[in-house]
Parts: sequence; structure tokens; C-alpha cells
Amino acid sequence: MSIHIQNVSKKFGSFQALQDVSLHIQSGELVALLGPSGSGKTSLLRVIAGLETSDVGEILFDGQSMTERHPKERNVGFVFQHYALFRHMTVFDNVAYGLKVRPRKTRPPKAEIKNKVMELLQLVKLENFAERYPTQLSGGQRQRVALARALAVEPKVLLLDEPFGALDAKVRKELRRWLRKLHDDFHITSIFVTHDQEEALDVADRIVVMNNGKIEQIGSPDEVYTNPKSPFVYDFLGNVNLFKGRLHNGKLMHGEFSIDVPNTEAHTEDHAVGYVRPHDIQIEKTNIAGTVPAKVSHIHLLGPIVQIELRREDTEEFLEAELPKEQFINLQLAIGDHVFVKPKQLKVFIPEDFSI
Amino acid sequence: MSSLTINKKSRRIIPGFHLSLGYTMLYVSLLVVLPLSMIFLQTMSLSWQEFWHIITDRRVVASYKISFGTALAAGLINALFGTIIAWVLVRYQFPFKRLIDGLVDLPFALPTAVAGIALTSLYAPKGWIGQFFDFKIAFTPLGIIIALTFIGLPFVVRTVQPVLQNIQVEVEEASASLGATRWQTIWKVIFPELIPAILTGFSLAFARALGEYGSVVFIAGNMPMKTEITPLLIMTKLEQYDYAGATAIAVVMLVTSFVLLFTINIIQWLANRRFVH
Amino acid sequence: MEQSTFLQKSAPTATKSAALQEPRFVRYTLTAIALLFLSFFIVLPLVSIFAAAFQSGVDVYFAAITHPDALAAIKLTLIVVVIAVPLNAIFGVMAAWALTKFHFKGKNLLLTIVDLPFAVSPVIAGLIFILLFGAQGVFGDWLFANDIKIVFALPGIVLATVFVTLPFVARELIPLMQTQGTSEEEASISLGASGWKTFWYVTLPNIKWGLVYGLILCNARAIGEFGAVSVVSGHIRGMTNTMPLHIEILYNEYQFSAAFAVASIMSIFAIITLIIKDVVAWKSKSN
Repeated sequence: MSIHIQNVSKKFGSFQALQDVSLHIQSGELVALLGPSGSGKTSLLRVIAGLETSDVGEILFDGQSMTERHPKERNVGFVFQHYALFRHMTVFDNVAYGLKVRPRKTRPPKAEIKNKVMELLQLVKLENFAERYPTQLSGGQRQRVALARALAVEPKVLLLDEPFGALDAKVRKELRRWLRKLHDDFHITSIFVTHDQEEALDVADRIVVMNNGKIEQIGSPDEVYTNPKSPFVYDFLGNVNLFKGRLHNGKLMHGEFSIDVPNTEAHTEDHAVGYVRPHDIQIEKTNIAGTVPAKVSHIHLLGPIVQIELRREDTEEFLEAELPKEQFINLQLAIGDHVFVKPKQLKVFIPEDFSI
Repeated sequence: MSSLTINKKSRRIIPGFHLSLGYTMLYVSLLVVLPLSMIFLQTMSLSWQEFWHIITDRRVVASYKISFGTALAAGLINALFGTIIAWVLVRYQFPFKRLIDGLVDLPFALPTAVAGIALTSLYAPKGWIGQFFDFKIAFTPLGIIIALTFIGLPFVVRTVQPVLQNIQVEVEEASASLGATRWQTIWKVIFPELIPAILTGFSLAFARALGEYGSVVFIAGNMPMKTEITPLLIMTKLEQYDYAGATAIAVVMLVTSFVLLFTINIIQWLANRRFVH
Repeated sequence: MEQSTFLQKSAPTATKSAALQEPRFVRYTLTAIALLFLSFFIVLPLVSIFAAAFQSGVDVYFAAITHPDALAAIKLTLIVVVIAVPLNAIFGVMAAWALTKFHFKGKNLLLTIVDLPFAVSPVIAGLIFILLFGAQGVFGDWLFANDIKIVFALPGIVLATVFVTLPFVARELIPLMQTQGTSEEEASISLGASGWKTFWYVTLPNIKWGLVYGLILCNARAIGEFGAVSVVSGHIRGMTNTMPLHIEILYNEYQFSAAFAVASIMSIFAIITLIIKDVVAWKSKSN
């Protein structure tokens, strides 16, 4: 089922949770709503589910307006942030709930409910836990029960609010893969909310980055990571170094430092900021043109990537660089070394347009 | 009630808002607001002078003093011993602890009239306890204080107990590791945390004691000017069909209770604000 | 060392270091003070009721509790309880639902009004219904003309009892439902359940122990209410006397054994109440 979100706004008291949000989600897509807390991502999810009504705007499923529809008529499966499992019901009863509460006319017979629930429990690998209560389960197991419960009503849309938020790192990674696989098998249009960029990049087909109730950028994981449209997105999706300077004749300059910035020949700006990912920082031991002198202040030797903290000798600002281990060994870097640093790739934003 | 307005703009997902709120408002309007407003309405029939005359009558003023004084004494006794009892119940182990813990609630469960006659027979000059004292306890203000202490005991214990339970051991350990003696830890670390609860418990016990009637009438002796509490005076006026007089005194009591209730809420609000940040 | 006292049993406290434990003599003194205080104010009064009840022998005891007036009082008390407690239970659930599942203006005012009966003297609780329905009350003439008796009759006693016990269930449920939040209800509704089914299958099981707890407290107070009922009852023996009022009459007539006999029945009610309360508290904790 495709979802159209058209010009949705929502206020809680004086707090603008959503501001003129429009988004089109294709049938069978797995979309991540990514943003910091208070960015409006959960509000948007709840508006789609009908748990919250928007002040302005429309929600369409397959072109049909859902704005006035009650959540139970929308046929969405909602997985709550803290799972909201019914704590006095067994795992089985939790999963069966959505089928059992149907009006008699549309309620499946008992045997059928039982088969269906057991099928779902097999799917989430909890068939041996049917008689347990939620308190007797681990976080990851509860999460899977919540998912099975939402799937039991055969929703056309699956909405997940911070699905892995409360789990420890290892379980989180496992469940992430598993959710991706589940989605690939069933192709239910799914939207999940997260504040974890790694999670969004890892799982989603498309990422919607939100901030202050507005959408900052929509795109594939690769697109939003490698080509962020705003300083906020740059900052939110990974670490970043700032190179402040003057933009002139297609170059960003500061003191002795100067670097080509494509497609900016026409602009002249006194205050521009270049955004550079740590792995786009090149470290040289000899002075070559367009570099900045820096001193190595810290080295984190951990795993295949080496993190190096540097202090610029011209501005006293800190930089972070990442090198593959091999390259690090070739360079023979040590703390206190004087080196020369150059961005391999950078994106320039003018602060007037974008304030973080 | 006109300040209750409903934001109709957003639809509520959880059903039953209008039904439950409507029912609640109707119920409290008919059973609480309307009947209580009668007190103030009835007082309107009195002129200010008449009202003032009734509520400042010598016997009435004496009853305020007795009610207020005994309730305050009972509240303070409960604040002290209730805190000790809560402390002992939370911190120490002794036989039948659970039984004793359960018995603390007896004043909530036992009818006040039953408590009244039991305490009277115990503390009367020839009673089990009264015989050991060479002064009278029952039928004096002391007797009233005993009855009111009984009534208010659970309030302090039950407000202090959970707070004491929730104090983390780490806090005490931190205090001890920083060189504080046990007494300093109790006085400077634990006690300040208990103050809001003790104050709340005290206020609740005090408020309850001010209005208490059942347990007091038996033990008080009910001598005008000496052991006559205000609620009893209202009762007496009612039995003489002096509705105006009874109502005027009731106004004084109600206003006092409201002020107390208000104070309790402020204490709780301040306490919450302190701990929630 | 001499340490055979019962405090030695305290396994968790005994292992604590001295810095986290009061000196032994302080512990003993505080425990002694607490137990002594509770003996004088709780245990002895309770024991004395039964002692006084049987002072004049078992025959007098049974004569007292099977006296027609006593039986009438027991019957009236039960009728009042059977009407008042369910009314306040339904109200309590409704009020807690409205006050915890929704946000609206004036919520705090409504909360205060629900609490108000706790702050009002029982005597005043009786008085207000006299002012409404008594002979000289607002509706007095109308009631007289239509031959309806409220004050000095069952309806008045019920009204006064409902007023006094009104907050019990609501007070118990509101904090409970507040902490439980609304997510389980939202989950239920998003799975297609109706409002009624959501309440029945999701909310009610979650609040059942709190509800029982509130009911017990409400029930105990309804049985034992004295001041408010005393004002509106009119003290008509065998007609409008509830159990506490019957005790008062017997006591004032110097029929001490009979008074304590009826009191002992009420005390047994109270003890049962405490036991159920303890079980319920334990159940709800273990859930």
C-alpha cells in the first residue's frame, strides 16, 4: 500500500511538532524516519497510524483519504516504543488479541486463530514461549512478540516506533538484520522511527531525515550519507570536520589553505563552512600545496580503522581523521608529529542559509 | 465548573472521554459541589453581625482552641512516633514484623465509634491503662489527644514508609565513604529526604483530627469550654434545630480544612519540584 | 558476648558495616519505642474490645448480637454498603478514566473536588444533606408535599455514606492508571478492539488489584461511618440505626458488654479488611 502524506502540521500546545510535512512512500518500501528527539518523527508516525490527529493536512493510503478514519479502520500494525505488551496476557494471548477482539461476524474460528498465532510465533522464533508472560521475556523477545502481535491482524502498513531503542547493542544488530529479512519476505510497506543513524543506514530503503518538525532530506542511505543537503544532515549522519573560510573564484580559502570547490565559481562569500567527513581527510608528512599544518594529539588504535585527533596549528581547532590501518602504518604517525592535512572532498554551506 | 473546557479540535483515540468526564462531573456536582455549596448558601441568610456573633461566641471559640490544640498535639505526636515506627518497620528486623506492619492500618479499618469506646475504657480511671496514672486521661483534653493520635497514626507511617524504602543504599554508602558518622548521615542525608513526607503525613493527620467526631465523643467527656470539640458543637446546635448556628460554625471549619488541603498540595508540589528538577 | 536478643535474627542488617548501621542500643531503643507505642494505641484497644465483649459471659454476648435491634442495625448497615460501595466503585473507575487517559483544562480542579470529601468533617458531611433535604432544607417543602423521606431515613444515610466514601476508589486508581499510561490501550485500539473491549480485556485486568484495594477501603469506611450517619439518621432504633449508631446507644445506656459485643463484630470486619488488604497489596506487588 502506498502512503501519501500531504502538508501535515501538528501542534501540541505551543510546541510545533510537525510543520507542513509532505512525503510519498511507495508500496512495499522500508522507510526510516531519522532525527533527534523532538524532531517530530514519532508524531508523524502516530499521525499516520491515526493515534494522533493532524491539525492540518491529509494522509492517503493508496490514494484514499485516511484523515478521518479511526486507527482501527486503517489496517496498520503499530509496534510501540516500549512494546506496550499486555502484561497480564501470555505471549499467545497477546498475539491472538487482534483476532479475538474482532466482532463475531469477522472473527476467525478458534482453531484458525490458534494456527495463525503459532505460525507467527514460529516466524519470530518464539513458538516455545507461547505460555510465558511478557515479564518473563528478554527485551529482544518482547520486541518480537510486539511485532508478531502487530502482524497478526495482517496490516497493510507496518509502523515501528524506535523498534530497537531499548535493546543492547548486540541484540539490536541481530534484530535489525532480521527485520530487514522479514520485510524482504513479506513486502509490507513499513516505516520505522529511529534516532540512530547507523540503524537507519543499515536497514532502510530510504531515509527521511527530520529536524524541528520538518523534513530535512529524503533519499537512499547512500544519498543522504554521501550527499547531505544541509549542515544538519551532515552533522547528524556521522562525524564531521568544519573548515571555515572565504569562498572566492571557486575556492575555499583560509590563510595559506585553499581548496577547489566545484560549481561555486559564481559565488563570493566572506563566511563559508566546508564540511568534511573524517575519512575524507588526507594526512601528509610533507608540505604540499593547499594543506593545513596540524599536530597529532591523539591516536585511537582500534580495529581496522585508526582514528586520529589533530590540532590545526593555524586556528587551534581540532580535527578528526580516519585512516585504514595499512595507511596509518605506512605514514608512521606518532603523537606530537607535525603533519599537513587536506580535505579530499568537502561540501560548502553558507552559514546564513543554514543554522545548525 | 465553567473552567472545564474541552479541546474539540483533536479527536481522541481512546474512547469514552465524554462519557467518563460527563459522568464524573455530574456525580461530583450532585454529591459534592451542590451539597457543600449549601453551607455557604445557608450562611448567606445570616447578616455579617449575626455570623460574627455566632462564630466568636465564647463557647465556640473555646471549642476551636480545644479542637485545634488537640489536633495539633496529636499531629505532632504522630509525626514523631510515626516516623520512628516507619523507620523501624523499614530498617529493622523483628518477629511478627509483617503482622505489626499490617496492624498500623487498623485505624483506617476500625469504625471510629468502636475505637472511641475501646480507648475510653482503656484510658478511663479504672481502665487497663488509666489505673496506672494518678491523673485523669479520659474525659480531659489528654483523652481527646489519645483518640486523635489513634485516628491519625497511619497517615504519617504510610507516607514516610515508601520514601524511606526508596532511599538508595548508595546514598548512605556515599555519605559514609566521605567520612560522615552514622548520626551525620541520618541527620544530613536521610532526614532531609523524609521531611516532605513527614510534613504531608502530619498535615493529613492534622486535617483528619480537626474534623474527627466518632472516636472523640466517647473519650472527651464533652464539657463545654473544657473538652467540647467543634464538630460536637455543630452536632449540639443541630440537635437544638439551630441550623444557622451549626452552618456558621461549619463554614469556619470548612474554610480551615480547605486552607489545610491547599497547604498540603503546595507542600507536595514543592517536594516534587525539588526531587524531579 | 551477650547477643541472644531477637534482633540478632536480622540477616540483612547484621551483615551491614557499622558505618551503615546504628549502634545496637539505638536499634533496640527505637524498636522498643515503636512497639510500645503500637501496643498502647493499636494492640491493647483491639484486645480490650474482645475482653470487654465477653466480660459478662458468652450468653450476654450472644444475646446482644442476636437482639432484634442489633440484627436490624446489621441489616441496615449491609443495605447501605451494598448501595454506596458499588456507586462509588463505578464513579471511581469513570473518574480515573477521565482524569488519567485524557488531557483537558480544569483537570486539577476536578481532582481537588474528587478529594474534597476527605477534607470535610463527617459532621459537616451529614449537615449538608440536612440543609438540602431536611424539613427546613431547600427541598424540604417539596419532599414533604410529595411524602418522600430522605433525611432520618435510608436515603439520607446512603447519601451521607456515599459522600464520605466517595474518593476511596478514585484515589486508589488515579495514581495507578497514571503510571500505567495509555500505550496498552492504544495498542489494543490499533489492533482493532472497540473501546469497551479495550477496557474489559486490557485496562480492567491491569487495575483489578487497585480496584479491589479501593473497594476494601471504601467498604470499611462505609460500614464504620459514624459522624455523618449520626447526623442524618435520626437514631430511630430498629429503623435507622446502623451498627456504629447502635453501639453508641448501647454504650450511652451503660450496656457496656452489649456495646462491646457489637463492637467486636465490627472489629472482626476490620481485621478481615486488613488481611484482605495485605493479600491484595502482596498480589498487586507480585504481579
